[in-house]
Amino acid sequence: MIDPKELKYSKSHEWVRVEGDEAYIGITDHAQESLGDLVFINLPEVDDELTVDEPFGDIESVKAVSDIIAPISGVVVEVNEDLIDEPEKINEEPYEAWIVKVANFDGVDDLLDASEYDTFVEEEEDE
Amino acid sequence: MKLIFERSVPGRGQKIFPSCDVEVKLPDVPMRASAPRLPEISENELDRHYTALAKEARGVNDGFYPLGSCTMKYNPYVNEAIANQKGFTDIHPLQPADTVEGCTEVIDTLEKYLCEITGMDHMTFQPAAGAQGEFTGLLTIKAYFRDKGDLNRNEIIIPDSAHGTNPASAAMAGFKVVEIKSNEKGMIDLDDLKSKLSDKTAGLMLTNPNTVGIFDENITEITRLVHEAGGLCYYDGANLNAVIGIVRPGDIGFDIIHLNLHKTFSTPHGGGGPGSGPCGCKDFLRDFLPGERAVGTGADAHYEHALKSIGSLTAFHGNFLIMVRALSYLQINGGDGIPELAHNAVLNANYIMEKLKDIYPMAYDRICMHEFVMGLEKFHKEDNVSALDVAKALLDFGIHPPTMYFPLIVDEALMVEPTETETRETLDNAIAAFRQIYEEIVKAPAAVTASPQTTPIKRLDEVLAARHPVLRYNFEQ
Repeated sequence: MIDPKELKYSKSHEWVRVEGDEAYIGITDHAQESLGDLVFINLPEVDDELTVDEPFGDIESVKAVSDIIAPISGVVVEVNEDLIDEPEKINEEPYEAWIVKVANFDGVDDLLDASEYDTFVEEEEDE
Repeated sequence: MKLIFERSVPGRGQKIFPSCDVEVKLPDVPMRASAPRLPEISENELDRHYTALAKEARGVNDGFYPLGSCTMKYNPYVNEAIANQKGFTDIHPLQPADTVEGCTEVIDTLEKYLCEITGMDHMTFQPAAGAQGEFTGLLTIKAYFRDKGDLNRNEIIIPDSAHGTNPASAAMAGFKVVEIKSNEKGMIDLDDLKSKLSDKTAGLMLTNPNTVGIFDENITEITRLVHEAGGLCYYDGANLNAVIGIVRPGDIGFDIIHLNLHKTFSTPHGGGGPGSGPCGCKDFLRDFLPGERAVGTGADAHYEHALKSIGSLTAFHGNFLIMVRALSYLQINGGDGIPELAHNAVLNANYIMEKLKDIYPMAYDRICMHEFVMGLEKFHKEDNVSALDVAKALLDFGIHPPTMYFPLIVDEALMVEPTETETRETLDNAIAAFRQIYEEIVKAPAAVTASPQTTPIKRLDEVLAARHPVLRYNFEQ
């Protein structure tokens, strides 16, 4: 899968899609591929505050449980509750299956663009 | 195999108790309208049901069980014989201490031995499992700082290779978990540790040797740094089997520890155990220990409450009969036998690792302690065979799989811990099985990904089971 050019990416493998005053956050194709089949997601609640680089939820695959790290700061205005029953949507369409929508966000400029992220993933794989 | 509900036939129940011959008068309280739908089955059928279940289960008595970080060593029958004596079984925890002198002596002696082994001053046997031992230790650390009036210290530092219970216990005890990185040798990154230490540090939790089977050579430097920052050092005894009788946590800077009697001390592990995770500490933490502790022997035997106790974690003294088994194990092995356990546990792990490292990529290419970790990322990428597939293939050789996908810092991890109780022949058979699986990975990977074929149930759909678990019987179906 090609990482969409219009999104921004974090080194902890989350993506951010800015739409006006709000931003959607999900995990990348590479992240879902590494985690394997997802079976459970623990979501934050509306009004929760995200802090850059701090976990705001966790996600469980048949292999392990992993934190979802906030790529930007902001306040949660909506969570994708469909994922509670169908976490596999993240495996199927990682760039459609957003996890949270945030407002009053900050830190998008510090994120990677698609080609920088692809390079980062390649470097990480080579290590 | 049929479920017990599927074997049930209405009216086929058993009559163990005679019908009641006195008038039944129940108080006027809400009662259930219909009888519970318990399975109705004859004693003969019931016996067969559980015998069939037992045959499908697998334990350390069935074969090699190298489940990493679990120390699935053999549990000697002599422990059972000793623990089943009437003097230990036909008692009650509310009996006065002077009527159960033998039992209080067991507790007192075991505490002395375990303190001698670990370099601690006191030990509580209340915790019923390792994680509860951790929780006890962390609450003790919290109570210690609260007592000192130092309310600022709310962070527990834990390396990224730790067992998942460490951050979980710290969070349960109300601490903030601060993770530190491992370096390329599998040990703590000292610079990262230094950068995370502050006046907020309550303590460090460390397993040593750690989950990648490596003894942290900088351990005295690590505990010194934590103490300098004002924190305490907690030793997770999960991997004590590698160093028992050789290294004492208390001598390398640890203030408080827990042990797993069901790992290192040969008491039953798995199948409900029950477990026992005694928490030991240095003298300055004694006042915070939980519950009441049996102290002294003979006429001096009495129960003691800590002055500023954190409270009780379980009823009374914990799993007493497990303590009897652990004491039996220690007395039978003796002072010379105990270090030998560690030597052989380390030797066995290195033996397997050396015989496999030409074909199985090892996460850290160095002498290991009681366990080692393979990282099978290469097989996954090149042959589409995962660590899970290798684990499943081992089942066809009558070997219980190693721990999979742990520690998290190693991709496609398999963690192998043979323990000291296995013979050279068993280790050679396991090595041959691993090598044969490797041949298949190279020549016919489909055979590996289709395994196991010889078990009562073949490959399970783990994803379906995790996403849509069926946890109760549907009577209407």
